[in-house]
Amino acid sequence: MSTEFESETEQSKTVLQIEEATVRFCGDSGDGMQLAGTQLTNTSALAGNDVATFPDFPAEIRAPRGTLAGVSGFQVHFASTDIFTPGETVDALVAMNPAALKTNVADLKAGGVLIANADAFDKKSLDQAGYAENPLEDDSLASYQMFKVPMTDLTRRAVDGLDLSQKEADRCRNFFAMGLAFWMYGRSLDPTLRFIEAKFKKLPAIAEANRRALTAGRNYGETTDAFVSSYKVDKAKLPAGKYRNMTGNQALAWGLMTAAKLSKKDLFLGSYPITPASDILHELSRYKNFGVRTFQAEDEIAAVCSAIGAAYSGHMALTTSSGPGIALKGEAMGLAVMLELPLLVVDVQRGGPSTGLPTKTEQSDLLQVMFGRNGECPMPVIAARSPADCFEVAIEAWRVAARFMTPVMILSDGYLANGSEPWRIVNFDDLEPISIKHPEGPVEGKPFMAYERDEMLARPWAIPGTPGLMHRVGGLEKQDGTGNVSYDPKNHQHMTDTRAQKVRNVAKLIGDQEVMGEPSGDLLVLSWGGPYGSCRTAVTKLQAEGHKVSHAHLRWLNPFPANLGEILGSFKKVLIPELNMGQLSLLIRNQYMVDAVSLNKVQGKPFHVTEIIEKAKTLLP
Amino acid sequence: MASVELPVLKPGDYGSDQDVRWCPGCGDYSILAQMKKVMATLGWPREKTVFVSGIGCSSRFPYYMNTYGMHSIHGRAPAFATGIKSCRPDLNVFVITGDGDALSIGGNHFMHAVRRNVNLNIVLFNNRIYGLTKGQYSPTSELGKVTKSTPMGSIDNPMSPLSLAIGCEATFVARSIDVHIKHLADTLKRAAEHPGVSFVEVYQNCNVFNDGAYKYATDKAVKADNVIEIEHGKPLIFGKNRDKGIRLNGMHPEVVELGKGITEDDLLFHDEQATQPTLAYLLSRMRYPEFPEPIGVLRCVDAPRYDDLLNEQVAQARAEKGEGDLDKLFNSGDTWTVE
Ligand SMILES: Cc1ncc(C[n+]2csc(CCOP(=O)(O)OP(=O)(O)O)c2C)c(N)n1
Ligand code: SF4
Repeated sequence: MSTEFESETEQSKTVLQIEEATVRFCGDSGDGMQLAGTQLTNTSALAGNDVATFPDFPAEIRAPRGTLAGVSGFQVHFASTDIFTPGETVDALVAMNPAALKTNVADLKAGGVLIANADAFDKKSLDQAGYAENPLEDDSLASYQMFKVPMTDLTRRAVDGLDLSQKEADRCRNFFAMGLAFWMYGRSLDPTLRFIEAKFKKLPAIAEANRRALTAGRNYGETTDAFVSSYKVDKAKLPAGKYRNMTGNQALAWGLMTAAKLSKKDLFLGSYPITPASDILHELSRYKNFGVRTFQAEDEIAAVCSAIGAAYSGHMALTTSSGPGIALKGEAMGLAVMLELPLLVVDVQRGGPSTGLPTKTEQSDLLQVMFGRNGECPMPVIAARSPADCFEVAIEAWRVAARFMTPVMILSDGYLANGSEPWRIVNFDDLEPISIKHPEGPVEGKPFMAYERDEMLARPWAIPGTPGLMHRVGGLEKQDGTGNVSYDPKNHQHMTDTRAQKVRNVAKLIGDQEVMGEPSGDLLVLSWGGPYGSCRTAVTKLQAEGHKVSHAHLRWLNPFPANLGEILGSFKKVLIPELNMGQLSLLIRNQYMVDAVSLNKVQGKPFHVTEIIEKAKTLLP
Repeated sequence: MASVELPVLKPGDYGSDQDVRWCPGCGDYSILAQMKKVMATLGWPREKTVFVSGIGCSSRFPYYMNTYGMHSIHGRAPAFATGIKSCRPDLNVFVITGDGDALSIGGNHFMHAVRRNVNLNIVLFNNRIYGLTKGQYSPTSELGKVTKSTPMGSIDNPMSPLSLAIGCEATFVARSIDVHIKHLADTLKRAAEHPGVSFVEVYQNCNVFNDGAYKYATDKAVKADNVIEIEHGKPLIFGKNRDKGIRLNGMHPEVVELGKGITEDDLLFHDEQATQPTLAYLLSRMRYPEFPEPIGVLRCVDAPRYDDLLNEQVAQARAEKGEGDLDKLFNSGDTWTVE
C-alpha cells in the first residue's frame, strides 16, 4: 500500500517558514529515543522532506539509568532542499533527563529550542549527571529558548484510567515527546498512529496509552502559551519518483537480494552477529521466499567458510561482519582469492582497534581490508557513501565478483548502516541483468581446465553436479590453466601477477572517476565512504563562496578508477578527510606520489561540514 | 522413452590423475583404496560427490579422488561442507579430516556441524600425531607422549573423538581401522548411507612420526584381545577364542570370561539405535589397555537434518508467501511520490 501525506495538523499559532531543521531526541537508553527519532524521520520523509539521520547509542544495552554513559540519542535532519548530512548543530533538542541534557546541550545552537522533561530533574538525577544546581533553574541555559515540560506528569495524566502500572505509563513518555515535536514542525500524527496500531496489535491498552500520549504531546504544543510559534519545512525538490525511507543496512540487504535476482541466483548468507552488521542478517533472514538462505554460524570463521562452500556449489554467497569479525575471516578470504570464486564480504566498520567503540562509527578498516590477509592477496574493495547508496553498491559489487571470479569487499560503516535517507524506488525490470554462465559440460576431446582464463583473466565457474567437469580446488598454489597443485617458482610468480592483474582489470568495468566541480583548480577534496555528505556539502559551500574547489568521491578503493591520477594531478592541493588516521592518504600518496593533506578524526562521530570547510580554507590561496 | 543407464563404475574410476604423495606405508593409502571401493558400490553419479578437507596429510585426500573436491583451510572443513550441503542437498558431501584438524583448530566447527546434524559424512583419520607439521603431539596423543614439542612428555589429557561426537548428539558414530579393510569398507558404506551427519573415526598409522600407535589393535597376535567388533543386537564378545565379553556391573562395563556360570545372555547387548546416547557413550569410553576398544557402529539414529530443515523453510516460505516479488517489496509500507 502506498499513501501520500500532507501535513494535516491545523495550526492556530504563528508558523515560521524554514528551509531545514535538525532535531535531536536524547534520553536514557531505555527511554525509546531511537523510536522517537525514527518516527519523526518517517513522518518527515512522508511529508516530502529530504531527510538524513544519525542514531547514536551506548554500547551497553541498559547502562545504569540516568547516567552519562547510558544516554541514547537520535538526530534527524529534514529539509526542503537536497541534503547530504544528518545536520551539524541542533535546532531543537528534546532532553528527557539531566544526563541527556549534559551530554547533548553543547551541540544545540544559540537560540535553539530546548525542551526538557522537568519532572526528571530531581536531586538524584541531577547528582547522577554531576549537576550541583538544577540547570533548568539557574541562568546557565539562558542562551536557548527553554521549555520546561513536566512530561512524566502530563503523560501519566493522559493515560489515566487505562489500568496501567506506573512503569508502563511512564514508558509512553517518548510518544508525548514525539507529539510535541510533531506539533512544532507541523507533522501529521497519522503515520505514527498507524505504527502504534500495527506494533501493539496484541496490547490494546498499551496501544491506547501511546496514542493518548502522542496526542497529548501535540495538544500541549498547540494549547500551552509557552509555545508561540511552530515551523514549516516545505517539500524537498528531489528528483521525481516514488520514495521510501531506508537505513543503510536495509538498503544493503535489499540490494543483495536484487543482485541475486538479477543474476538468477539464490542467495546464501553465512554470518555471525556483530554490531553494527547484525541487522543485515536479521533483514535477510526474513526473505526465505526470495530463495534467501541464512546461516547463523558458530563464529565468523565458519560464517565465511560456509559462504565459500556455497559459492563453490554455485550460489550467490556472502558473509557480513564488522572489523573484529573481518579480522577472523582473513585466512578464509585468502582461500577464496586462491579458489577464484565470487564471494561478497561486507564490513560494516565501527570504532577500533579490538572491540573499540562498538556502537560508534569509524572508517579505520580500509587498510585491514586492503592488506589484512597473508601473502599477496588482492581483493577489489567498494565503499558505500550513504544509506541509500548501499543498495547500488551491493549490486555493483556482485557484478564485479561474478564477472571476475573474485571475492569482493564491501565497506559500510555504523553511521551509514543505522542512518537513513529517502531511497528512490527502482523498477526491477529497469535494472541491468547480471549474466552468469556456468560451463555445462566438457568440450569434446579437451580435458576441463578449471583455471583457464578469459580476456579479463576470470576462470570458469564450474559447479558440482555437472558431469565431466570434476575438479579439485584448494589453497595450495595452482598451475595456471589446469588448476593442479604446483610448487613451480615461476608459476607462483605468474599466478601472483595474474591475480593482481585480474583485480586491476576491474577498473575496465567500473568507469572513470567523476568530479563535482571544475576538472582542475586550487583544491580537490577526495573522500570515500560515509563522509561523502559532509564533504559534498562543504565543497558546495566553498564553491558558492567562489573558491576553486572540487570534490571527487571514490566508490572503488581497489582498484582506483583509471583516471584518478590525472584528476589528482590537475589540482594544486588535495585534501583527504577520513574518519581514521590517514588510511586512504597512505594509499594515494603511495600510488600517485601526491602530497595529499589529511584531515583525520576518530571520535565515533561523523565530520561536521564546518570542520572540512575550515581545513580546506587553510589550503586555499 | 529410452531409459538412461548409469554406467557401472569401478574403484579405479574414482582415482584422479594426480600423484598420491603420502609417505610409503602410510595408513592413508588404505583408507583411500577403501573409499574408492565404497564409492563404486553406492551407485551415485561421480559428479554428485564432493570431498572437502582441511589441512594435514589426510586432507590431501580430495586431490586423489575423481569427484568434485575442496582442500580448504586448517580445521574449517565442516563449515565449508555445511555451506555446500545447505545450498545443494542433492550433493553427497564428505569431510576428510585429521585429529589435529578436526579436534584442535577445528574443534568448534566439528562440534557444531555434528550437533546440527548436517547431512555430511565426516571421516577422521586419527594417527594421534600431527603428520604434516612433522610430529608434534595431537589432542588424541596419550599422556606422557614424547614429541618434538613435548620433549618431557605431553601433559595434555587426551580426548576421545567418539565421546565428543556423541556428546554433540551425533546421529551416526563409528570406528574402524585402516588395515582392517573389509570392516573399514563396510563402515564407510554405512556412514555414507546414513541420513544425517555420520562420523567415522579411523585408526590410521603414521609410520613416519607415530609408527605402531595402534599396534595393539592391528597386530595379529594381540588384536583379538584388544579390539571388540560390535554389532547391533549382538552380545559384546571378543578374544581369540571368543571367550571373553563385556558385562554391565551397575553403570560400569567389566570384562568377564564366558563359561563358569557366565553365559552370553549375561553380557551387554549392543543397541546402536537406542534413543539415549548413554550406551554409545559408555562404549566410547572403553579404552585399551583396560578394555578392548570397540570398532563398528556405536550409534545410528534418525533425527531432523539441518540442510533439510533449511530447505524446507525456503519451500514453506515460497508456498505461504509466493515467490518473492522485489517490486512488491520495494513498494510496501510507507512510500511517497515526488512529482
Ligand atoms: C591456521 C593454520 N595453523 C597451523 C597450520 C599448520 N598445520 C598444518 S596441518 C597441521 C596439523 C595436522 O595434523 P592432523 O590434523 O592430525 O593431520 P595429519 O597431518 O596427521 O594427517 C598443522 C598444525 C596451518 N596450516 N594453518
Ligand atoms: S607423515 Fe605420517 S600421516 Fe603424513 S603421509 Fe607420512 S606417514 Fe602419512
